[in-house]
Amino acid sequence: MTTPSDAHDELAGPADGPEPQQPVAEPDAHPAGGDHEDAAGSATAPELHEEEATAPEPPATPQPSPSGWAALARALRFRASRGQLLAGVLCAVLGFALVVQVRQNNETSLSGLSQADLVRILDETTTRGDALATEVNDLRSERDQLLSGSDKRQAALDALRRSAETQGILTGRLPAEGPGVVVTLTEPNGQIKPVTMLNMLEELRNAGAEAIDLNGNRVTASSAFAGVPGAVTLDGVTLEKPYVWTAIGDPDTISTALQIPGGAMAAVRSNGGEGVLQRRDLVEVTSIRTLPDPQYATPVPAAAG
Amino acid sequence: MIAVIGLVVGVVAGLLLQPTVPLELQPYLPIAVVAALDALFGGLRAMLDGIFDDRVFLTSFLSNVVVAALIVFLGDQLGVGTQLSTAVVVVLGIRIFSNAASIRRHLFKA
Repeated sequence: MTTPSDAHDELAGPADGPEPQQPVAEPDAHPAGGDHEDAAGSATAPELHEEEATAPEPPATPQPSPSGWAALARALRFRASRGQLLAGVLCAVLGFALVVQVRQNNETSLSGLSQADLVRILDETTTRGDALATEVNDLRSERDQLLSGSDKRQAALDALRRSAETQGILTGRLPAEGPGVVVTLTEPNGQIKPVTMLNMLEELRNAGAEAIDLNGNRVTASSAFAGVPGAVTLDGVTLEKPYVWTAIGDPDTISTALQIPGGAMAAVRSNGGEGVLQRRDLVEVTSIRTLPDPQYATPVPAAAG
Repeated sequence: MIAVIGLVVGVVAGLLLQPTVPLELQPYLPIAVVAALDALFGGLRAMLDGIFDDRVFLTSFLSNVVVAALIVFLGDQLGVGTQLSTAVVVVLGIRIFSNAASIRRHLFKA
């Protein structure tokens, strides 16, 4: 592209230059033109041209040709001769092929490389691909490790949390709610003994009560009844009448257990008291009890267990 | 003048159409282009010598292209395609240089 363009510029510039010299060149141009016609007509001229085109050193021009610029200007003049048309068509083909090849060369850079270069590039690419694949595997295993690790930790945390909730409800550290019963004991004809209250608590526990409240006090494993009939104390606190038990558990099981003949309700009646049992779909045990830290007992180490 | 216009038209057509070279022709096109350039410079020099002949120009143009492609094809079949391509380019380059030198002498008398 550049070479023809430069040539074109080179030709076009001087072509304007010799214009003033045209009168001088014109007389010579006619003989030259005639000479050219003769050369084209003769059969030997093409041979001559072929010889000269291949020869590196041009032989002395047959005639002292006019200025080269004049010949160029003459050739550049617009003439619809057969030779000009043919040269134009061939030059068009050349320009087309030139541009196509340049574009092709720019597009496909790999196809122009030698076999050794291609092998080297292939080798480098393969090595790089292998390294990347190894890295992918490493990262994937690391990710799996982290995921399973966090899964384990999460599962352990969940288990601990559930365990803590269960323990908290059972030991009275946490408020609880759920289906259960409310038992109200009154003393219309007598006084309820502390042992009757203890009997009631044990019946509740046997029936599967999970959280028990008595007059706003949480009843736990360490709770103790004391006092005298009519003035029962729970953990040293005298209970107000009426006694209201609130227990969370299966209402049917608890009510059946409390009302069996000779059971807790029968004991209350034999003390001259009266009991009203209500099954509820939702009862709340909001009272809590804080336990002191164990002074002597420590957990058995997990490894030993 | 028509030659220059033809060259420009060819370049513009190549830029606008943006054709893709068929795979079978890809090894031969660059050599063919160099051969055609050689023929073009030969024709320019012949014109300055005053012995330009369109028939010779056509013949040399086409034969240059065909022979160059043929040599590359033969080299490919023999397994020395790259070396023969280099050889063709060197020879054509020398011819282009000598033709350019001749044109220069015509134009600049030096």
